[in-house]
Amino acid sequence: MSQPIEFHPSFAERSKAAVNDAHLRQSFRGAMDFLQAKRRAQFPDAAALETLRDLGADIRRYALANLPALLEQLEAQLTANGVKVHWAETPDEANAIVLDIARRHDATRMVKGKSMVSEEVGLNHAMAAAGIEALETDMGEYIVQLAGEGPSHIIMPAIHKTKQQIAELFAAKLPGVSYTDNVDELIRIGREVLRKKFAAADIGLSGVNFAVAETGTLYLVENEGNGRMCTTVPRVHIAITGIEKVVAKLDHVVPLNSLLPRSATGQPVETYQNFISRPRQPDELDGPDEVHLILLDNGRTQAYADVQLRATLQCIRCGACMNHCPVYARIGGHAYGTTYPGPIGAIISPHLLGLADTYPLAFASTLCGACAEVCPVRIPIPDILIRLRNEAQARPGTTAASLRGSGAARTAGISAIWRVWSLIYSRLGLYRLTSWFMSRGRALSPTEQGAWTKSRTPLVPAPKRLRDLLRERQR
Amino acid sequence: MGSDTQRTRRYPPKPADAYLFATCLVDQFAPQAGLDTVRLLEREGIAVHFPEEQTCCGQPAYSSGYPDEARAVARRQLELFTQPWPVVVPSGSCAAMMRHHYPKLFANDPALLAKAVALSDRIFELTEFLVHVVGFRREDCGAPCTVALHTSCQARREMGVAETSGALLADLAAVTVAVQARAEECCGFGGTFAVRQPDISAAMVTDKVASLKESGAQSVVSADCGCLFNILGRAAKQDELAGRRQASLPGEHIASFLWRRTGERHEQ
Repeated sequence: MSQPIEFHPSFAERSKAAVNDAHLRQSFRGAMDFLQAKRRAQFPDAAALETLRDLGADIRRYALANLPALLEQLEAQLTANGVKVHWAETPDEANAIVLDIARRHDATRMVKGKSMVSEEVGLNHAMAAAGIEALETDMGEYIVQLAGEGPSHIIMPAIHKTKQQIAELFAAKLPGVSYTDNVDELIRIGREVLRKKFAAADIGLSGVNFAVAETGTLYLVENEGNGRMCTTVPRVHIAITGIEKVVAKLDHVVPLNSLLPRSATGQPVETYQNFISRPRQPDELDGPDEVHLILLDNGRTQAYADVQLRATLQCIRCGACMNHCPVYARIGGHAYGTTYPGPIGAIISPHLLGLADTYPLAFASTLCGACAEVCPVRIPIPDILIRLRNEAQARPGTTAASLRGSGAARTAGISAIWRVWSLIYSRLGLYRLTSWFMSRGRALSPTEQGAWTKSRTPLVPAPKRLRDLLRERQR
Repeated sequence: MGSDTQRTRRYPPKPADAYLFATCLVDQFAPQAGLDTVRLLEREGIAVHFPEEQTCCGQPAYSSGYPDEARAVARRQLELFTQPWPVVVPSGSCAAMMRHHYPKLFANDPALLAKAVALSDRIFELTEFLVHVVGFRREDCGAPCTVALHTSCQARREMGVAETSGALLADLAAVTVAVQARAEECCGFGGTFAVRQPDISAAMVTDKVASLKESGAQSVVSADCGCLFNILGRAAKQDELAGRRQASLPGEHIASFLWRRTGERHEQ
């Protein structure tokens, strides 16, 4: 059973190990290059893309600006449609709701469509502890579950694995399966296992891509058909999602879904699009008898309450930010240590887990802006990373420290260095003096400059500063 | 969210006077790039003014999460450019700080915000200024050579001037610009990122150096000194470790490259 990954404080150690893992580096580099090229091919018209991104951003901003009202409307519509709505403030509450439903149905077997929110709450672990088998049915999720791992990417969970590793895993874990690294054969083997599980499952669990307030519709996309199986075959369907996934109108799904698969996997459209509005009706042949929606907060309201950080919740979980992140490409998803890796993980995780445990992620970026450049809903990720850096080092008790865990990265030493830096560069006399000494004393420049010179030659000041050269020139 | 595209920015006609904000890196570590910037602009008939009180744009503290310290430094720079002339910055990164981040940095102080916005309107990255304001066109006097161009992420994505350095190089008849893999990817500098995440940064710059070398270029040029120091420093370290006497990847600021190629001898 996969477990929620506990955040280990040493991001530095994990990222260093990942950087030095040649196989991992090669896997991610290849996958990211492939996905970048696929996305590029989907948006040949730059102007059209920018217009569509404007529209996507506006739709998401509108939904967030009206979040409380839309959530109430969503609940009312879903309830009128016969879908039971549950509210969970914490992961424990979400798991308790699922367990409660399971107990009422004496359920022991659950099949799951892909859901990052279920990863976020550690649902599989909670189900296992209660004696319920929660089986992942998305092929990538199935693979990482079989390996006892978590996803390394939000839409391609097993992207860190080579086909040889998957072949070994199947041969080791699945009875009667011998080693084959033929991809079609591996998928056939996996499907055969899963097909039987769908038929026998008591509960199907899924995520939600967009929850439409106006109609009370849960919109769910996928490529393997497993999502449709999970939401139609078992008697009970439980959908779980974050409160931010609501959109006002069914019309709003259209542009968002024009952005989602193209930004994510570079597909023009997903293979399966599911609009789930109600349980099976008396005159219908299939579908679940019960449909539940669990709406999870888990810290999202902290982001919602802040004018700048609210933009974090615009995310439609396409993964384009990680596909284009030069840091993610080097270290992969597991090094982040959080459910959501990459740039979006760095900005959402502080709200879910607290800044004290997650601030290293905010510093794991060059602020190159590749993420914001491709974000289909224009989340200003670099600006938010800077804000989180400010918060992480803010003096506790001041207005600058406004989040759970703010100030956790503050150290007296580093703060003092920046105060001195600020003093020198804001007082011309001091700057003149120090830069003069640096240039004239360049022979004394240290040859060991910490982390810089581990991989680079030292930085040495020029013998004369520009201001000296310009003055000489005027004479 | 603070980024330009060339479509959105309106450029003024070529001025008789311009300010130079040289940046702290150029002043202390690469003064030649600053001097060559002055020469390039003066040759175009522009009187270049260098306010001596300038120090640093404040970006190191700003991007490291010390906004108060950044503000104290940035505030000094707000006072320096009293005439309504354009301010030319030979760095996309520092230009982006002054053009796009100053208004955010002073958002809570109306008086300073007005100054920051007024200044940000006059900030031009050097190659942007040469292409769109000066209309720079000079004959290439150099020998045939192949160079690779590295454009900083801030020039590319915040200033929206991904094309101007390339356009200047493309105008030089004997210069071939080598095609490199993943040209748009960050070199791994990122200010304090280079020392705060040494392993990730090293992996990034090692890959960058490899793709620059694989491009077949004899040297690399860039309009940003931070990236250049990172890339050239990595290449030089590799040379040192391999016992190579000659630089396997030399490089320079684009201002120096342009000045050399377009006939430095014409300087009065």
